[in-house]
Amino acid sequence: MAEVLVLVELNPAGEGVRKTTLEALTAARALGEPSAVVVGGPGSAAAAKAQLAEYGAAKVYVAESEEVDQFLVAPKAEVLAQLVADKQPAAVVIPSSPEGKEVAGRLAIKTGSGFLTDVTEIAGDGTATQVAFAGATIVHSKVTVGTPIYTVRGNSVTPEPAPAAAEEETVAVSLSEAAKATRVVDRVVEQQSSRPELTEASIVVSGGRGVASAENFSIIEALADSLGAAVGASRAAVDSGYYPHTFQVGQTGKTVSPQLYIAVGISGAIQHRAGMQTSKTIVAVNKDPEAPIFELADFGVVGDLNTVVPQATGAISARKG
Amino acid sequence: MDIVVLVKQVPDSGSERNLDPADNTVARGSADNVVNEIDEYAVEEALVLKEAHGGEVTVLTVGPESASDAIRKALSMGADKAVHVVDDAIHGSCAPQTSAILAAALGQMSYDVVLCGAESTDGQLSVMPALLAERLGIPQLSGARKLTVEGGVARVERQTDGGYWALEAPLPAIVSTWDTINEPRYPSFKGIMAAKKKPVEKKSLADLGVDPATVGLASATSQVLDFSGRPPKGAGVKVTDEGDGATALVDFLAGQKIV
Ligand SMILES: Cc1cc2nc3c(=O)[nH]c(=O)nc-3n(C[C@H](O)[C@H](O)[C@H](O)COP(=O)(O)OP(=O)(O)OC[C@H]3O[C@@H](n4cnc5c(N)ncnc54)[C@H](O)[C@@H]3O)c2cc1C
Ligand SMILES: Nc1ncnc2c1ncn2[C@@H]1O[C@H](COP(=O)(O)O)[C@@H](O)[C@H]1O
Repeated sequence: MAEVLVLVELNPAGEGVRKTTLEALTAARALGEPSAVVVGGPGSAAAAKAQLAEYGAAKVYVAESEEVDQFLVAPKAEVLAQLVADKQPAAVVIPSSPEGKEVAGRLAIKTGSGFLTDVTEIAGDGTATQVAFAGATIVHSKVTVGTPIYTVRGNSVTPEPAPAAAEEETVAVSLSEAAKATRVVDRVVEQQSSRPELTEASIVVSGGRGVASAENFSIIEALADSLGAAVGASRAAVDSGYYPHTFQVGQTGKTVSPQLYIAVGISGAIQHRAGMQTSKTIVAVNKDPEAPIFELADFGVVGDLNTVVPQATGAISARKG
Repeated sequence: MDIVVLVKQVPDSGSERNLDPADNTVARGSADNVVNEIDEYAVEEALVLKEAHGGEVTVLTVGPESASDAIRKALSMGADKAVHVVDDAIHGSCAPQTSAILAAALGQMSYDVVLCGAESTDGQLSVMPALLAERLGIPQLSGARKLTVEGGVARVERQTDGGYWALEAPLPAIVSTWDTINEPRYPSFKGIMAAKKKPVEKKSLADLGVDPATVGLASATSQVLDFSGRPPKGAGVKVTDEGDGATALVDFLAGQKIV
């Protein structure tokens, strides 16, 4: 069976891989037999191996060195380019994080290939599905030159186990000077959160201008916590200083596609929809019955968020006992 | 310091956008065309660099005739001059092809810093800085929420989930900006008037030494096969809260097996 390289995204918190990696492995299986590629510091592959085996990696290419994490994007592209040359895979599949997309782009130039970003599905013949224009349009595309490279959008593929051997093969890493151009001097975490990552969460609760203050965002956080959800915000809420920018959902923020998206005090402007329109189920709470968000809501409550949301949080917590 | 700032014209994200059924490329006639919003932050950052270090800010765009509006906007904010690559053969180019054209244009320009937006609203690829860095062999400092340039070294805070990565690279380098980096100035009346007289150099593919056969739809590295509107969601249930709205909401979630 054809070999498909899958770039592993390691969990920045240290243990194992991100869920996006399992999604990419699952998507890659439509094209052939996945080989996971681990590019990271010493010991990265060992910590990831069990998950990679469980989700279908027949092989694991281990490209470990102290150096690869010290530079931005280019080392990963260089390792992958070397593997593409050596192994002649049918395709390369990469999780669609900001870094993943950049790795895909650089790899495409290095290998003279085409690439497709943010795909939500890959068919056996290589046709990829993408969602364009704020979720309004579905596009089918194909790479026509070189070794097809895909980045898979988070939360669009359900990870499915398919046990495989995960046979390790060491890849010697010797970075070129060009790959060492941009040094990552420090990785700074400013907001420690026990909540799930916004783009990975299966439930997202977002607040908008209607929340009316930073303090009042605790209402949103409480509902999120009762559901084990991530917290998001509209741009108006971010611009008003109610919530930090990293949590902005929409065209100039994050694109999320959770099982459930709850929009609270958000009108549903087209740029906000851009970031959440493909959520499986959408719930809205808004005091204006004419708010456009209701056009996409599976379930809407016309009411004051200050009463509805705390009551809902209470009822959910009560159910959980 | 010589600064080049890349701006792209895109269909307005606030209006309905479409692909053109004739060739599956972005239909430029279907919506108002505007400057990609984040590119205004790149222009602002270029002007801030110029104010601190001197030098010249040159705008570069690859796009149809109408993209001259985007150029004027950047010039009216305060950029000094512009290069507009326009050629019928470019229509339908994919990102790697566009990067080859931009790289060829940059190859004829002098720059210490290339600035661009972190993402365009039509393609939403966020890859151009990486593609250009790869082609030009210069460092990429992408996704900046903060930029400082000092002693031939660029330092960037690359925005990440919940924090940032501190990046560092020698010049010349390419930097892409998010909308957290600054607050773009509004063009003044004087700026708008002055922009009309600023030089805009038009270049064709021949001027850049790019073979037209290597760009455009026919030789693109990926092809759109078909597209369709996403089926509209059926109108859902809407209840008005009269004391029981929260209960109805939680019942709905329970019905979905969420709680
Ligand atoms: C280029 C560009 C990019 C953009 N990118 C983004 C983006 O990434 N993300 C984004 O979100 N926006 C984006 N926007 C902005 C977008 O157009 C809207 O302005 C924004 O989404 C509005 O946020 P909002 O819904 O919170 O605020 P509003 O539109 O002001 O809506 C607030 C809502 O809260 C309701 N409300 C008020 N009080 C209560 C209450 N007590 N109880 C219940 N409901 C209440 C109101 O009825 C109203 O519907 C962008 C705009 C542009 C031009
Ligand atoms: N055709 C173009 N002309 C000039 N700049 C461009 C062009 N395409 C992309 N860019 C720049 O690259 C950035 C990222 O675009 P993208 O990778 O398409 O999301 C944009 O914000 C622009 O600054």
